[in-house]
Amino acid sequence: MSAVAVLPVRSARGWSDPSFRSLATQVIVLAVLAGTVAFLATNLVGNLEARSIRTGFGFLWQAAGFEIGQSFIAWSPSASFGRALLVGLLNTLVVASLGIVLSTLAGFVVGIASLSRNPLVSPLARLYVELVRNTPLLLQLYLWYAVLTQMLPAASAAPQLLPGVYLAKSGLHFPVLQHGTEPLLAAVLVGVLAFAGHGLWARRQAERNGVPAKLWPGLLLLALPVVAVALERAVTASFDVPRPTRFGFSGGGMITPELTALLIGLSLYNAAFIGEILRAGILSVGRGQLEAGAALGLSRGQALRLVVIPQAMKVAVPPLASQYLNLAKNTSLAIAIGYPDLMSIGNTIINQTGQAVEVIAILMCVYLALSLAISAFMNWYNARVALKGAS
Amino acid sequence: MNAGALSLRARLFGSVGNTLLTVVMLALFAAWLPALLRWAVIDATWWAASPATCRTAGGACWAFIHEKLRLVLFGRYPFEEQWRPLAALLLTIALVLAGCSLRFGWRSVVAGALAGILAVIVLMRGGVFGLSLVPTDLWGGLPLTVFLAVGGIIGAFPIAIGLALGRRSELGAIRGICVVFIEMVRGVPLVSVLFMASFMIPLFLPGKLQVDALLRALIAITLFSAAYLAEAIRGGLQAVPAGQEQAAKALGLGYWQTSLLIVVPQALRLAIPAIANLCIGLFKDTSLVGIVGLTDLLLATKQALGDPQWRSFSLEGYLFVALLYVAFCSFISHYSRALERRSQPGA
Repeated sequence: MSAVAVLPVRSARGWSDPSFRSLATQVIVLAVLAGTVAFLATNLVGNLEARSIRTGFGFLWQAAGFEIGQSFIAWSPSASFGRALLVGLLNTLVVASLGIVLSTLAGFVVGIASLSRNPLVSPLARLYVELVRNTPLLLQLYLWYAVLTQMLPAASAAPQLLPGVYLAKSGLHFPVLQHGTEPLLAAVLVGVLAFAGHGLWARRQAERNGVPAKLWPGLLLLALPVVAVALERAVTASFDVPRPTRFGFSGGGMITPELTALLIGLSLYNAAFIGEILRAGILSVGRGQLEAGAALGLSRGQALRLVVIPQAMKVAVPPLASQYLNLAKNTSLAIAIGYPDLMSIGNTIINQTGQAVEVIAILMCVYLALSLAISAFMNWYNARVALKGAS
Repeated sequence: MNAGALSLRARLFGSVGNTLLTVVMLALFAAWLPALLRWAVIDATWWAASPATCRTAGGACWAFIHEKLRLVLFGRYPFEEQWRPLAALLLTIALVLAGCSLRFGWRSVVAGALAGILAVIVLMRGGVFGLSLVPTDLWGGLPLTVFLAVGGIIGAFPIAIGLALGRRSELGAIRGICVVFIEMVRGVPLVSVLFMASFMIPLFLPGKLQVDALLRALIAITLFSAAYLAEAIRGGLQAVPAGQEQAAKALGLGYWQTSLLIVVPQALRLAIPAIANLCIGLFKDTSLVGIVGLTDLLLATKQALGDPQWRSFSLEGYLFVALLYVAFCSFISHYSRALERRSQPGA
């Protein structure tokens, strides 16, 4: 033993050796996991054989043989199970995207109303938020579905909300353009392009002159083509207007009560949460910011739009992202009121084929992909709104 | 934003926009409040032998709740035996309140929880002590909802603490397993986890071993909540200063002692608001078990409304159940706020 050795260090052996211990722990955990999976898989194979359930994804190409209440692509019972899943996925995507847009709009109203100084408005918004957040979404969906299917009048007595728009037990009926919607879609496209182009130009001008850009010319450009085409259509083309008869409506377009209830329920439920998120975001921006904006000569609207809201969004975007994720996942409650979303069609297919493992694997993968897509988009958006140079 | 400093008049009529808003709101109140009052109170029927009385009165039919209360609260549990779910429910609530009062050490809490679970199962299921056997498919209503929520959160806590610690582990394999589990569960809807549990657990177990439908739903809810709870606890773990862990190590504590005695208790305290939100979410989400056929409070209400005589009074039925949910959820949020105030360091 040399004189420099201060402490007699025993080299650790076996379980006392940290690196051996960590390796051994990981190996044991992985072995237990692999053993469990192997055990479950053996049981699965045995059980599937005992119940004579087929395996594999061959069923996706077989004829489904059931009706689907609402479809955005052509559907007949002779189409395949795979196409049925596609119909369900589209139905889910439609509800999720419309739900996100509607709940954000309603959430803005709720958030602003709960910040209002008006003593008639803010308590009402607080009451709404408390009631909605403390009751299950499923309960609210049942409630809306019951209201829409039981309390509304039949076709012959349906109230006319707007000219040609009826709300009845059988759903929301509205007029549709008879000769294609292509010109209208083209007008929307032109409007969006003009809006984006003007936005880019205005931003460059604003950076050059130091005068903040105005929003309204862009909005005008966005709306003009659509209004023009709609006016032209209204004069020349004919609408297919729904006509109430004794046995329901004939003609026109229709949104089923299931979809209406789902959209109303999802939007109003998530609006309460989104309203709270936006309220917290706006409250997190100090009042001095608004005053500093005013001191620089910005109008109240400009100060809100250019100073307060960008900072509020930095706080609000991460929780907003998880709220959108929740909304997308909550579209699966559609099954409870009979809207044919992905989950509900998957359930029908399991009942018809018995191939639960395959169908549930597909469903889970699709929902995971949907969640990842929303996460990725919101991360990208978050990186955009994050303050430059701030962590 | 600093509303208190302004006079009521300024808040109502301070600007053109605000005056307009006030006028519109007053007009809406004037139009809707009397009608609402008339429907809910004045024209309402409180007691009635048949739904026809309600229809002639025209207002809300609260008699529906009087008529179907037992079905809504206890589902299809045998009528004469319904004192048992009531006793089990009260026992559960009493035990949860006792646990929430923080007057007992963790040993008595664990012992009380185990004894309570056993007592609830004996009371509900019967088959011993002269109680008749009631299989779980007849359990229902409010007790089922409360059992699923309480059982789910009790089961989820240990799993979630394990997952949260595992996600910060230095061992790559364990970290990987925890990350994959948490992210996969958080990426899919609860309905799909419930379906998976109800369709696939029987397929994955040996043929002779049967798992009860109620237990399958409880497993699904527990695992689902554990993933979310793990993230809430991980948020708390990240907020515990690193010095705490270093100090514990300097005192010679090992990994488990450091984690469970020093770090996790502080992390849980920091995570109280997030955990309370999850508990409220879990309580509401138990309603989804209705989709896989368990008669919880909500599905029991829906079944009560299935009676063709009473089915036009859905609004009354759902509003009543909504009040029950609001009562339970408000209790959780009030309790969490009190707990937060109490557990502030130095308070």
